[in-house]
This record gives sequence, structure tokens and C-alpha cells, in this order.
Amino acid sequence: MDIAFLADVFRRLLSGLPLTLKLAGTSVALGLLIALALATTLQGGRPLFVWLIRGFVAAFRGTPLLAQIFLIYYGLGQFRPFLQDIGLWSFFREPFWCAILALTLNTSAYGTEIIRGGLQSVPLGQIEAARACGMSPWLVYRRITLPIALRQALPSYGNEIILMIKGTSLTSIVTLTEVTGIAEQIISQTYRAIEVFACASAIYLALNFIVTRLIGWLERRLSPHLRTAPNLMPSSSPRGASA
Amino acid sequence: MISSSLFEVLSFGAGGWGAALLKAALTTTALSIAGFAAGAVLGGLAAFARLSGGALGAALADGYGTLFRGVPDLLTIYLLYFGGSVGLTVVSHWLGGQGFVGLPAFATGVAALAIISGAYQAEVYRGAYLAIHRGELEAARAFGMPHPTMLRRIIAPQLLRYALPGLGNVWQLVLKDSALVSVTGLVELMRQAQVGAGSTRQPFVFYCSAAALYLIIALLTGALFRRAERRSLRGVRIA
Repeated sequence: MDIAFLADVFRRLLSGLPLTLKLAGTSVALGLLIALALATTLQGGRPLFVWLIRGFVAAFRGTPLLAQIFLIYYGLGQFRPFLQDIGLWSFFREPFWCAILALTLNTSAYGTEIIRGGLQSVPLGQIEAARACGMSPWLVYRRITLPIALRQALPSYGNEIILMIKGTSLTSIVTLTEVTGIAEQIISQTYRAIEVFACASAIYLALNFIVTRLIGWLERRLSPHLRTAPNLMPSSSPRGASA
Repeated sequence: MISSSLFEVLSFGAGGWGAALLKAALTTTALSIAGFAAGAVLGGLAAFARLSGGALGAALADGYGTLFRGVPDLLTIYLLYFGGSVGLTVVSHWLGGQGFVGLPAFATGVAALAIISGAYQAEVYRGAYLAIHRGELEAARAFGMPHPTMLRRIIAPQLLRYALPGLGNVWQLVLKDSALVSVTGLVELMRQAQVGAGSTRQPFVFYCSAAALYLIIALLTGALFRRAERRSLRGVRIA
């Protein structure tokens, strides 16, 4: 075991962590907003919108993320004159923004499905009760539907966030030097794949561990009504408990 | 104008890339199937180890699952691609060989997909085994059924039935992960699209075609899995 080498690798890999976090954080945040909008529109049931959104979701869930990144970064370069004309070239020229766009669209497609499931799981009785109280549709959505749906969707969304953190590694192929990109550089220079893999995987596992814990904490916070009631009155006897 | 050049580029004749892309799509399919099948063996072993392999086996299988489900798949591919070549070079030096030995790209890809999908498949099989009614196993034992027969007649058919939906998801994952194997230089669909994009300077056309082919493979195989699922459910009463 070469501790000095490992420490050096670890230090170099950590320098890519901010970029990994920036990519994952931005795309998850933007993706959640888009997913919310799309899932809510699906719920509305307008045939045209429903078909468009279903097509979008199927296309982005059915193709590899790498193909999506390549299509946006290299593929759109084919239309460079046009993009220059409309002033978007400075956006699509940057691998960072292309990566953000691809990751955001990808996660919003998966997120739409997750949130759609959450919206469908909202008990009808709750909505009817809210309507009976005279709440406006928007108020029902904001106070009743959305909180229940998000709570329901949270565990799946946690998985999606972890998938996105892993997905950021693909941006290294379009020259971004995040953690995996740096790992690849070090491996191809030193050919010590196992040590570098160990260091990089430690970083990703730690990241995933933190996300899992955060989601778990959020889940507990958002469902106080599902917790077992604290036992305030100590049961005196088996007979008293059964009564 | 765009459309005419599009048909030329994707045509099947001389100078067209249609045949090359279709062949690459077949390579992608073969790579994914091989990786998925090898992953089934790994996943089955890991599930077995977690269910009845003793403390050490369970801990090992647990660590395997946590590691390869938590680490980016691209990193795993780099590990096998570079690590495997180094290992092979060392072995060849022992045997008196010289120079650097590269690992065959297809085998590396299969190994990577097997290790990644095995970690996911283990969870699917474990969940499916736990879904089998204990009473069925007890009844089989009460009949004095030997263990291999029980495995073949009682456990395997039901395990597969419960595992099929999960396996369908893992398969889609493997298919999409196979695109990452392009970094090893194996000419599968993604790599072929890169080559075509580079030499015709029409990247959009090629990456769109590649994406469309992935989507077609995903939809067709998805339909196969749904059919298998329906077939596995015949004779089951569904509420």
C-alpha cells in the first residue's frame, strides 16, 4: 500500500468534487421544477400536451444519457451558423452548459414519471374534502395535492438524485474534469486503476450516503402522522393493554 | 436539401452508413445480452450469499451491491478496462511475454456490464425469493421433496415470475449502460455514431440515428419482457 500515492490521488480527485456537485445540484433543482410542471400538465389531461409530454419522457428514458449529451454538445454543433444567428451559440459552445442541459432534460423525464405516480397516489377523499371546504383549485393543489404527492414521491426521487450524481460522471467524456474525469486522467497516466478506483468510489459512496441520509431525514420530518405514537401511559398490565 | 443528404448518409449502399449503424446496433444488443446473462449468474450468486451464505458471504455480497450500485458505471468500466489490461500484462510477463497486452474490448464490456447489472439483479432475485410463500416451501418439504427438485419445481418458477418486472428494469439499464463501453473503443452503436459523425461532419444526424436505434431496441425488448410477464402470470388470479 502506497499511502503517499493514495493521499495524492485523493487530493486531486477532491478538486473535481465542486464541479460534480454543481452539475448534480443544478440539474436536479431545475429538473424538479420542470418535472413538477410536466406532471401537473399530464394530470390536466389535455390530449395534445399529454402526447407531447409522453413522447418527451419516452425519448429521454429510452435512450442512453451519453447519447443525449453527445447529441446536444456535438450534434447541435452541426447547426452552428443558425445558432450563431439567434445568439445561442455561446451557450451551446460550452460543454458545461450542454452537460447541464442534457442532465436536466434527462432527470426531468424520469422525475415526471415519479411525480406523476405521487400525484396519482393522492387520496381522492382529501381533494374532495378540500373542495367541500370551498378551496379554490390552486389552493387545493398547493395545500393538499402537492404536499401529499411530494411526500409520496420522495423515496423514488432520492434514487433519482443518486442516479444523477452518478450521471454527472458522463460529462467527463465531453471534457469536463469532474471526479471521474480526473480519475480517468490519473489512471491513464499511472495505470494504477485499482487504487484510483478505490479513492474515487469512496468519494461517490460518501456522497450517496449523505444524500440517502438527507432524504431519510426529510421523509421522517414530512410524515409525523405516520410515526408510532410515543407511549405516554406506561401499560400497567397485559389485561389493561388489551382493553 | 438536408433531407436528401440525410438519406444519402444513412443509405445502405456504398458511401452510406446505414449498414454500419445496423451492424453496430447488433453488437450493442449482443453486448447487452451477454452482459445481462453473465450478470444474472453473478446476481444469483450474490442473492444466494445474502440469503443463506453465512455472515461472511452475506457481508461480501452486501458490500458488492453497495459498491457497484453506488459508484458511477463509467468508473467501473475504467477500472476493468485499465485494470484488466494491467493484470493481463503482468500475467503475460510471468509467462515470458513482452510489452503491453490489451484486453479484448468486447470481453471487457461484458465483464463490466455483468458486474454492474449483477449488483442490481441480486436485489431483484433476493426480493423475489422473499416473495415466495413460506407455506409452499414447507409443503414441499413435508412431501419429502429433495432440495434440487424443490428448487426446480417450486422455487425457480415462482422466483422468475416475481423477478421478471425487476429484471425488465435492469435490462433497460444494461442496454443504456452499454453505450458507456464505447469509451474502450469497442465499435458498438455509440462508437459507430461517433465515427460516422467524425467522418461526415453531420453529428446531429448520427447521434439522432443512434438514439433512435437505442429507443427501438428498448421498445422491442420491453415488449418482449411484457409478453414474458403476461405468460408467467397465466394461471394466477389477478385482482
